[in-house]
Amino acid sequence: MDYILEVNNLYKGFPGVKAVDGVSFSIPYGICFGLLGPNGAGKTTTIEVIEGIQKPDEGIILYKGKNRDHRFKQEVGIQLQATELQQYLTVKEILLSFRNLYAKRADLNDLIAMCYLDEILNRDNRKISGGQKQRLLLAIALANDPELLFLDEPTTGLDPQARRHVWDIVQTVKMKGKTIILTTHYMEEAQNLCDVVAIMDQGKIIAMDSPINLLNQYCSGVTITLPSVIDVDMLNSIECNWYMVNNTIEIQTEKPHDCLRVLIDKNIDITGMVVRSQNLEDLFLKLTGTQLRA
Amino acid sequence: MLYRIWTIFVARTKEFYRDRSALGWNVIFPLLIIVGFSVVFRSDSSPILKVGIVALAEKPAENGISNIQFNEFLKIKYINFIQFNSKEKAIGSLQKFKIDMVIDSNSKTYWINESSPNGYLAEQLLKGAQNKSSVFKKQSFYNKGVQYVEWLFPGILGMNAMFNSLYGVGYVLVMYRKNGILKRFSVAPVRPFEFLSAQILSRMFVVLATTVVVYVGTVLLYGFKCKGSLFTLFILFALGSFCMISLGLLIASRSDSQEFADGIINIITWPMMFLSEVWFSLEGSRPWVQKVSQFLPLTHIVDGARMIMNEGATLFDLQLQIVYLVAISLLFLFLGSLLFRW
Repeated sequence: MDYILEVNNLYKGFPGVKAVDGVSFSIPYGICFGLLGPNGAGKTTTIEVIEGIQKPDEGIILYKGKNRDHRFKQEVGIQLQATELQQYLTVKEILLSFRNLYAKRADLNDLIAMCYLDEILNRDNRKISGGQKQRLLLAIALANDPELLFLDEPTTGLDPQARRHVWDIVQTVKMKGKTIILTTHYMEEAQNLCDVVAIMDQGKIIAMDSPINLLNQYCSGVTITLPSVIDVDMLNSIECNWYMVNNTIEIQTEKPHDCLRVLIDKNIDITGMVVRSQNLEDLFLKLTGTQLRA
Repeated sequence: MLYRIWTIFVARTKEFYRDRSALGWNVIFPLLIIVGFSVVFRSDSSPILKVGIVALAEKPAENGISNIQFNEFLKIKYINFIQFNSKEKAIGSLQKFKIDMVIDSNSKTYWINESSPNGYLAEQLLKGAQNKSSVFKKQSFYNKGVQYVEWLFPGILGMNAMFNSLYGVGYVLVMYRKNGILKRFSVAPVRPFEFLSAQILSRMFVVLATTVVVYVGTVLLYGFKCKGSLFTLFILFALGSFCMISLGLLIASRSDSQEFADGIINIITWPMMFLSEVWFSLEGSRPWVQKVSQFLPLTHIVDGARMIMNEGATLFDLQLQIVYLVAISLLFLFLGSLLFRW
């Protein structure tokens, strides 16, 4: 199989922290690859090393089967986490000046339409909303019509509608056959956009597969959520995993029947109970014992 | 490559031009300084000595030769004679160094303050007022001297170029680094050389443009002429701003703390402002001060500008200044590019 990007045994440490601790993955052409993990898991360091902003301590990174060279910068599009832009320039001027730096340039009108920048083209880039800014940064990342697109937490801090807009753009890019690497700490985002998800914690990839396979493999059961007023000792007599999360108790079980029967037999108050199918968030809880979103 | 440099140049120049406060600061401030100082130091015919006269209103006593002496003394130019009603008041002013001598024409007495050099000079003038003969033969010529404003003006232009370059490049690059703008550029296909060249060119353009505006403004206000060629002056300021911008790049090569950059720029600019003869001449100051002054780039910019504007020097006369500025610019650039990080 042909891979656009191969990462092998990547290590990157800072004094006192192993930010990236032996990460390996390969990304085939045309997929959306997600790095999912909490803040501080090493997602940003991983992609910044790949982008060339930071130097790896160890490890091999291959772009189209070769070491990264001058072609790499020309052919990839990069959106960094929280970038400021030059002051006093309009959205259009910023977009044009970044676009002019590349040999291959995306069609300007396509870019504007795709990222919904029409209405704000002549506005000072500091006077636009968070969602608009994020779309401008996306447009800048797409200015060279890149083959590989890096998105570092593209929707962090956005309201649900602004997030939808960004997702729409990512879907459009995907449909054009581009390859995308994105980091996120929203499992919903990973489930929605990514063909392959690598779950990261403390610098390591702890699980990697398509969202559906991950769910089938690890999360075939259901999650039962209860208010935390019940006797915790009693839970140990039930055959299940349970976690305390934000003052509620989450029980993950493959056998909801048995579990519920025990709860009712023991006369536990089940007012406020929620039973739902599992998602990547439950998987993360299961794998690490901690929440994805702290 | 040129297109990328041009793109960044345009963006940076627009950014500066639209920042009204920076624009105003760079143009209006030097003009204000020049106007202000020319008002304070009107040097054309200001009196050198101040002499208090007591009771001139009454008719001086007729007797004695000292009357002729006194009248001759009153005719001396560049002395401001101030009338006092009472002797006590006049002597009070003398004690406070507000005036240099007090003369009471009635009692034929004068007072001076022994601790005032001007008092001594006034006394000598009074003593010699009657005696016009001299064994030395007089040879004189008429030469309109350089007014303080004309002397100050090149200094202010140089100082403005210094501040404009150091803050415009040093401070701004550090801000770019802190805000992640440099990081964004580092992942685009732009070489540091291209990015920095664009910064240098943009700032040189800005410095030279504001220098022209300030120059024209001052000429319109005061109407004096540059004795040398404007082209030579332009070359000198182009080299000077290039040198200061290179120094700015060196300062901003690594740090991402604006406070640090601000401190360093202050440490560099203040001594230069005072040791490069922007405001006053170092003639007669201690030798080591003059030596230090010779190492400062601003000294050579200001010196060169004065030579061109006040003395009509040509590029050939400015060899020393030009060689020094080019050499130190290259040194700054070399170190700056060696240390530079996105």
